[in-house]
Amino acid sequence: MALKIPSSLYDRLRKHGEATYPHECCGVLVGEFDETGEKVVQDVVECGNTRTDSPANRYHISPSELVRIQREAMLAGHDIVGFYHSHPDHPARWSATDLAEAHWTGCSYVITSVEKGRAVLTNSFLLLDQEDAKHFEDEFLEIIEG
Amino acid sequence: MPIKVLIPTPLRPYAGKQSVIEVTAQTVGEALSDLVAKHPDLRKHLFSDDGKLRSFVNVYLNDEDIRYLSKEATQAKETDTITIVPSVAGGQ
Repeated sequence: MALKIPSSLYDRLRKHGEATYPHECCGVLVGEFDETGEKVVQDVVECGNTRTDSPANRYHISPSELVRIQREAMLAGHDIVGFYHSHPDHPARWSATDLAEAHWTGCSYVITSVEKGRAVLTNSFLLLDQEDAKHFEDEFLEIIEG
Repeated sequence: MPIKVLIPTPLRPYAGKQSVIEVTAQTVGEALSDLVAKHPDLRKHLFSDDGKLRSFVNVYLNDEDIRYLSKEATQAKETDTITIVPSVAGGQ
């Protein structure tokens, strides 16, 4: 399993994390699932972080934004294939909060560490299994041309 | 009267791999009931054991969160679209 993302979109989600530093950024990965379950990202949609009470270590995407993005993606023949957010001055690994708040099984959760305002590492994690047994697995993030 | 329900990617394996399902209903609650009657595997992903919508499941009628309308009693008509979106959140 892999998440394939064009380099221009990869750069865009990392820059988003730099732009919102020291707060967490967040957004949606729109693309396609192929027949093997691999995902190809075709667009990155930046979202606002509604967790204004604790934006340095929490994020939340407004459901109304998700509804709009899902609808537009489906009209274009695409799907939501994952999400991204940043960890300001914190490793690019999923946290207990990330897992507890993750509900999109089969989708990718991409995390970028942003240290002192500069994007460092970007990793992808695949959410697997049903709610009572859900877990993340490391996922190969393949940067492709484009 | 048929109403469209948009199914998010994580729930499609329990909905015959379909992204849009038509249901017959006059309220959002009836629409969800018809949905789980057609696809029983969806039930536990949408509802808790006490029959209430799970807290992380957002249900929208067109552009409105049903929590701010009349919840499951919200009236729905043929031209409406119901969208189900699990919440997206987290943090370090």
